Amino acid sequence: MIEVIELTVNGDRHRIGVPSHYTLLETLRYVLGYTGSKQGCDKGDCGSCTVLVDGVPTLSCILPVQEAVGHEVTTVEGLAGPDGPHALQDAFDICGAAQCGFCTPGVLIAAASLLRQTESPSRQEIKTALSGNLCRCTGYTKIYEAVELAARAAREGRKPSELVQR
Amino acid sequence: MLRLHPYRYHRPRELAGALELLKVHAGNVMPIAGGTDLMPNMKHRLFTPGHLVSLKGVEGLYGIEERDGEIWIGACESLTSVASAPLVKRYYPSLAFAASTIANPMIRNQGTIGGNLCLDTRCTYYNQTHFWRQALGFCLKRDGDVCHVVKGGTRCVAAHSADTPPVLITLGASADLASTEGTRTIGVEEFFTADGVWNTARKPHEVVTRVRLPKPPAGLRTSYQKLRERKSVDFPILSVALAVAMADTDTVASISLVVSGLGAKPRTIGQLDDIAAGRQLDAGIIEAVAEQAYRQCHPLANIIVDSDWRRAMVRVYVRRAFRDIQSKSEAAA
Ligand SMILES: Cc1cc2nc3c(=O)[nH]c(=O)nc-3n(C[C@H](O)[C@H](O)[C@H](O)COP(=O)(O)OP(=O)(O)OC[C@H]3O[C@@H](n4cnc5c(N)ncnc54)[C@H](O)[C@@H]3O)c2cc1C
Ligand code: SF4
Ligand code: FES
Ligand code: FES
Repeated sequence: MIEVIELTVNGDRHRIGVPSHYTLLETLRYVLGYTGSKQGCDKGDCGSCTVLVDGVPTLSCILPVQEAVGHEVTTVEGLAGPDGPHALQDAFDICGAAQCGFCTPGVLIAAASLLRQTESPSRQEIKTALSGNLCRCTGYTKIYEAVELAARAAREGRKPSELVQR
Repeated sequence: MLRLHPYRYHRPRELAGALELLKVHAGNVMPIAGGTDLMPNMKHRLFTPGHLVSLKGVEGLYGIEERDGEIWIGACESLTSVASAPLVKRYYPSLAFAASTIANPMIRNQGTIGGNLCLDTRCTYYNQTHFWRQALGFCLKRDGDVCHVVKGGTRCVAAHSADTPPVLITLGASADLASTEGTRTIGVEEFFTADGVWNTARKPHEVVTRVRLPKPPAGLRTSYQKLRERKSVDFPILSVALAVAMADTDTVASISLVVSGLGAKPRTIGQLDDIAAGRQLDAGIIEAVAEQAYRQCHPLANIIVDSDWRRAMVRVYVRRAFRDIQSKSEAAA
């Protein structure tokens, strides 16, 4: 059965027809073309599909699409602003925190949510916030360093690239 | 990619509407709250209802508040809220802690306490894709007629794997259930049955509306210990919930100990008051309680972990629960 729903993604409103048994992730990727959020395990184990729903980190692969109706969805495509990449994106680049990049959209979203709540997260707070995002490449250390760099840049009102020598 | 089967998704605003939908579509409908258990299970074709009734939009299923000398937690409160609510942290720290260990931060945002109470049992031979299960010839919990854990067995022994119920039992909690036929209240301990196929007393058309906790007696000391492979994401493969009521600073009044993650029903360890009531909480008592728990627990190979080791860990985790209680009361002193 096709249902007509209205979905707000990264500030844009979409009126779309979706099969009623679609998840938010399937709708984002296969109806709307937002392919940033990744379909990894597709059953809640890995975190690569993490998006924000009203600012709350949410696994879109196990969220029935109807539950996103009437809420604000933010995907990794919505992180960058008009002035360029989000501080986290810049910091991930500088720190080498993305290797194959498959986990990165979910990690960025979870980290962005953390930085909205906490200006100076401790290493332990970062680990906890990212404990649902599995990465097979980096060993996590570079991810944690990148989040710390982005947090410092935000505190100092500068860009991560201005804080490190390349 | 794990496709879902076609279904219709209902989002009632009122509890009455939800209960009506569950009655009208009886046999072909399930309630869904956070969906963090049901969605993966449906992707594995363990459930294929034609209708889902979402409880998330039902206003009456929220709220964490003090009522009639009890604390009430609405069934749709998220695990994140339960873990962080000041009332829960103040009166029931072991419950807040147990909720904080569930799955990962995103799942705690989505998953609910009602869903945690109703979590389906788990088994290595069950939580798999349809293709995987078909290759093995299915099992009697779903689609088949044999058990791969107990060869020749006629009873499913899949594991109760939710983190909050063992703690709720030690705290004397109960659950309110509602259906079109009316409401009833049942102790969380009596809510669970030893049948791995459907391990709760909840009828399919009933909805858990809230969890109710009595105010704890003064000086109740509690702990929750969870064994799992990784410190995040994973379900418990053994869990120990402990509540010790004290007669005075040193003397035990009674001990409530629940061990779970092993079989279909959380196991309340019996005969503890014979060992401990009226005595000082010393190493001898702790060892005797740990031994009693060990004797009463018999894990089976419903997960691919050595069963003898899992059983040996019962003693270790009971000791840890006591050590936790002791170190907390030392810190408070
Ligand atoms: C990767 C992963 C790891 C996990 N780790 C853990 C863990 O460590 N510990 C743990 O305890 N759980 C774990 N879970 C399971 C799950 O996330 C939690 O148990 C959660 O609390 C389930 O709640 P829910 O609202 O999402 O339930 P749902 O999936 O919505 O529902 C679960 C079942 O309960 C029924 N139901 C839900 N709410 C009600 C209600 N109010 N009344 C009647 N029936 C209802 C549904 O019909 C369904 O059968 C994990 C899940 C995943 C995917
Ligand atoms: S315990 Fe046996 S019947 Fe139950 S899910 Fe496992 S294999 Fe199937
Ligand atoms: S794709 Fe959603 S958690 Fe893995
Ligand atoms: S960068 Fe490859 S999985 Fe994280």
